[in-house]
Amino acid sequence: MTDRYDDKLLDHFSHPRNVGQIEDADGVGQIGDSRCGDMVKVWIKVGDDRITDVKFRAFGCPAAIATSSAMTELAVGKSLDEAAEITDDVVAQAVGGLSPDKAHCSNLGAAALYEAIMNYVVRSVERGRVGCIASEA
Amino acid sequence: MKKIYLDHNATTPVDPRVLTAMHPYFSEVFGNPSSIHAFGREAKEALERARGRIAHLLRAGEREICFTGSGTEADNMAIKGVAHSYRNKGDHLITSQIEHHAVLASCAYLEKEGFRVTYLPVDGTGRVDPDDVRKAITDHTILITIMHANNEVGTIQAIPEIGRIAREHGVLFHTDAVQTAGKLPVDVDALNVDLLSLSGHKIYAPKGVGALYIRKGTKITPLIHGGHHEHGRRAGTENLASLVGLGKAAEIAGAERAEEYKRLTKLRDALHKKITDRIERVFLNGHPTQRIANTLNLSFAAVEGESIILSLDMEGIAVASGSACTSGSLESSHVLNAMGIIPELTQSSVRFSLGRTNTPEDMETVAEALPPIIERLRAMSPLT
Repeated sequence: MTDRYDDKLLDHFSHPRNVGQIEDADGVGQIGDSRCGDMVKVWIKVGDDRITDVKFRAFGCPAAIATSSAMTELAVGKSLDEAAEITDDVVAQAVGGLSPDKAHCSNLGAAALYEAIMNYVVRSVERGRVGCIASEA
Repeated sequence: MKKIYLDHNATTPVDPRVLTAMHPYFSEVFGNPSSIHAFGREAKEALERARGRIAHLLRAGEREICFTGSGTEADNMAIKGVAHSYRNKGDHLITSQIEHHAVLASCAYLEKEGFRVTYLPVDGTGRVDPDDVRKAITDHTILITIMHANNEVGTIQAIPEIGRIAREHGVLFHTDAVQTAGKLPVDVDALNVDLLSLSGHKIYAPKGVGALYIRKGTKITPLIHGGHHEHGRRAGTENLASLVGLGKAAEIAGAERAEEYKRLTKLRDALHKKITDRIERVFLNGHPTQRIANTLNLSFAAVEGESIILSLDMEGIAVASGSACTSGSLESSHVLNAMGIIPELTQSSVRFSLGRTNTPEDMETVAEALPPIIERLRAMSPLT
């Protein structure tokens, strides 16, 4: 069965990075697809418009867990603009690629991260700060 | 690391005794059973001995056994064969929502041809209410097809009762007994069935062979046309060695079934107890008692089935799941959905299906491997 998965994916599944949650998070995002059954929740900490910390929890198949883990590694240290541009494809490449049946429903990390960034932006606007994503401001 | 196989509802290893029985029928006794010379006659005798053993297992007549290439083919043949033969009598079929895809897809195909199909619901344990069958029968009903036991959850249906209702109304009755032949007593007269499917590789015979019991007098339009094999019901030179294996497997199952059933029930219930003693929020899918001895389908709240399977696989333990994406399908188990299991728990299901190779030690190994896996996955789950 392990032959079905790339070593990078198995590594992220067995030793996922940044699992957990951030109690005083600056942004929280959640993506779930009840039909497919996978759900990912992401917490971010932001400083100087950069992502200083990311944590995730995932309910899903090995690919869903691995892509979420890979996403956190890609996001940490990036500016919000850069992080918002992390695509599903970039995440999929980070776990060695995904088969077509996994590509749709098991690759929710990037979308959940985007939701968390948007959540941060909305909160910032509500606090009177100018939104920091150029394209969204 | 000793590997532990707990996926016997998917397939079983060929029993060494079956393999030994098959050996001479590749290169020594290789004749075409349809040939009239000595080589052919010897092959024919072996083929008919195998047929006799299947007939004996089912308490059926030898002429009533038609060999096929799989359980799926037997299901297709029964359903399409009856529908096409009895179309002048009616255009309605009755089945259940939890059938194997071999049955569901055959019914869906017939719907495209203009037949009407009623898909009966099941209760929370996976049982069809025989009264629902009675109510669904119309003057146009030509076939009822309900599986004997479900492959995912193991729930056993009230086949004798449904068969009695079918007979009262003069409707033919087929059962998919792929998961029960060789496990439960399968007596076609006691079950009141007119057609019954079985598969070789679920009973320690090779893959690529199955059989359909066709009660004398039941008309069947063949799926495969050609020579006069299988009394004109299924063309194609018979898979001799594998069918000899199927016969031997049926003989062994018949002799050892009762003891093995008791042994597997004990092992399965021990595994169930060990798991629920050590892990919280574990739910049984399927009927608590009306369930085949070897099947244990559990949902582990807040964790997804495929992640459990991969984690166990890394420890050499093979189990199955009905959850999303595992078989390239994005949909969760149609069986668990029909039973009304909530989506989160259908995604969390794992099927343990036991067989001849399993020991009490295996149950302990699995029960020891599971808790840290569930704990790890629950720790990273956003669900509580």
